[in-house]
Amino acid sequence: MTQVAERDETYAARFEAARRAGGAEPEAVRAARTGAFDRFLSRGFPTTRDEEWRFTSVAALAALTPASPAVAEPARADVEPFLLPTPGAHHVVVVNGRFAPALSSIDGLPAGVTVRSLRDAWTSGAGLDLDAPVPAPPGATVFVDLNTAFVEDGVWIEIAPKAVVTEPLQVLFLTTAPGAVHVTPWLGITAGERSQAFVVESYAGLTADASFTDAVTRIAVAAGARLEHVKLMRESTSVFHLASTFIRADRGAVCTSRAITLGGRVARNDIHAELAGEGAEVTLDGVYVADGESLVDTHTTIDHAQPHCPSHEVYKGILGGRARAVFNGKIIVRQDAQKTDAKQTNKALLLSDDAQINTKPQLEIFADDVKCTHGAAIGQLDEDQLFYLRARGVSVADARNMLIHAFAGDVLDRIGDAAVRDEALRLIDRKLRLA
Amino acid sequence: MGPSGPYLEEEKTMLLEIKDLRVKAEDKEILKGLSLSVDAGQVHAIMGPNGSGKSTLARALSGHPGYEVTGGSVTYDGKDLLEMDPEVRACEGVFMAFQYPVEIPGINNSYFLRAAYNAVRKHRGEPELDPVAFMALAKAQAKNLQMDPSMLGRSVNEGFSGGEKKRNEIFQMAVLQPRLAILDETDSGLDIDALKIVADGVNALRSPERAIIVVTHYQRLLNYIVPDVVHVLSGGRIVRSGGKELALELEEKGYGWIEGELAGAQAR
Repeated sequence: MTQVAERDETYAARFEAARRAGGAEPEAVRAARTGAFDRFLSRGFPTTRDEEWRFTSVAALAALTPASPAVAEPARADVEPFLLPTPGAHHVVVVNGRFAPALSSIDGLPAGVTVRSLRDAWTSGAGLDLDAPVPAPPGATVFVDLNTAFVEDGVWIEIAPKAVVTEPLQVLFLTTAPGAVHVTPWLGITAGERSQAFVVESYAGLTADASFTDAVTRIAVAAGARLEHVKLMRESTSVFHLASTFIRADRGAVCTSRAITLGGRVARNDIHAELAGEGAEVTLDGVYVADGESLVDTHTTIDHAQPHCPSHEVYKGILGGRARAVFNGKIIVRQDAQKTDAKQTNKALLLSDDAQINTKPQLEIFADDVKCTHGAAIGQLDEDQLFYLRARGVSVADARNMLIHAFAGDVLDRIGDAAVRDEALRLIDRKLRLA
Repeated sequence: MGPSGPYLEEEKTMLLEIKDLRVKAEDKEILKGLSLSVDAGQVHAIMGPNGSGKSTLARALSGHPGYEVTGGSVTYDGKDLLEMDPEVRACEGVFMAFQYPVEIPGINNSYFLRAAYNAVRKHRGEPELDPVAFMALAKAQAKNLQMDPSMLGRSVNEGFSGGEKKRNEIFQMAVLQPRLAILDETDSGLDIDALKIVADGVNALRSPERAIIVVTHYQRLLNYIVPDVVHVLSGGRIVRSGGKELALELEEKGYGWIEGELAGAQAR
């Protein structure tokens, strides 16, 4: 039997087993799973012959035959290190892809916030669709199909129209299962008209095993709403983290999504944002730090479908060891999207001779009255800056630290909540072994 | 004789002694056996035509990695300066005001200077100064130099005009209070008002324990920072030393005068 056939059989066996063991599900969900699984079988894992995966090999993941994770209930003490240190902050904990109400603090949520588990909704007969609130756009990766086929549970956060929630709400996806497991996080966020909220989506693991995190996040921001979203990825450097985020911003909505990526053997974020209403504004920012043999891949697509929409993208990569990074930033400006103002920047700091990055902007512009700018800069720590700091008495280590902070500083400074910002900075420092 | 007698007035402490210094930059020998002694309490001016090695001397003393010392010795306060890393030199009290101060976007001017200030204190075994106390000190020095206090909150030198950058160097010097200050063409790019302010800042640092080396192409700055000794650098060596009147003579006759004399001496 070929390796591919063997792998497909393993996934198929797991798929069948999960369907037999699975709880009550609406017919639409079952149909969606079957369709998605069939698509996975016909598409297979991408290879470096696929243009979108040219620099990102998932061969090692394709060779893995992961198991479905068991239900687990970690101790509160195991979960706490991954929660935001803000006292009284609300958090939703998902363990191995299953909502863990006992570990979550969803009593007394701020007014206008509803947190629902997909599984609970299905059991109670409510029809939460797997592709709501934002369906996968054309060109979504096969990992979205795989998520749909296998997703055990999910978290849906609804912000009621006009609700203003200032405290960040954290959703922690924690993998506790040992060995190679296939975990399928699912997060849906709907921000009602003119609402305001801040959601932190965190990924962490209790083991350093080579597992497979296959995540999908769907974010719908209704007219006039403001949503800030921070994704904090701190899984181990053995983890294959393949994640897709779909964002739709309606008329006058403002959505910011920042990805702080600090782990993963392969950590790939496919982020697709549609500016679906006039005057909507989307910011996609990121800071990624990688060392050793890690590969961090960011594929963004900003789809300007409507006129008068600004979009901003700033990604900063810090790469050491033999780490590699890929950045592909696609901006589509549709024919109707006049007065589009799109800016994209990707910068990488290479701290070692063996680190490397492949970066590519991709502009597809069909309107004529638009501004689109893109820029990439790849470099090492500036020797003149380093010397200037040292010449004033600052040690080499501190000078490097200061310059690395300065490099990533603008993205981190824009995080709208001090506790989240500090946590991101702390994790970056720890990753850089500066703290 | 009592401790306040004339004996003490005559006693000089050598702060810096450079012997037969040879320095290469980009594989080219620039300093070819330079010797210079600077006593505490003195101001020395180093003048010379373009390419004579003035800035090479300043940078080599600060430990710039682009300058390789191939011979000679530099003794600072009784210690081998050349053995020290740049940050150690700074912590030991050596300060070079850069000819071209570096822009560092993303690092706040006062944060940077506090890090430098506390690094020096730590080196001396003194406790660090907290941000509030440091800010008070920095603001007072900024005021002395007629610096806009908003510059403290801006990124280091980012978007500063040429004059603002030079003033920022002198500001850093005023805060760090070095024992040996080396000003590398600090006067270039300064208008006359800025020149006076910078000179006032330098003069405020003059004291019996400190020494200042002013590297300059023009005599103008020396009207405001009056040197004890003037040296003329040519071809990587000090070719003439004298009092402050030497600077005036140079201004009048030009560097060609010295170079012509040297050529004549060699021909004879």
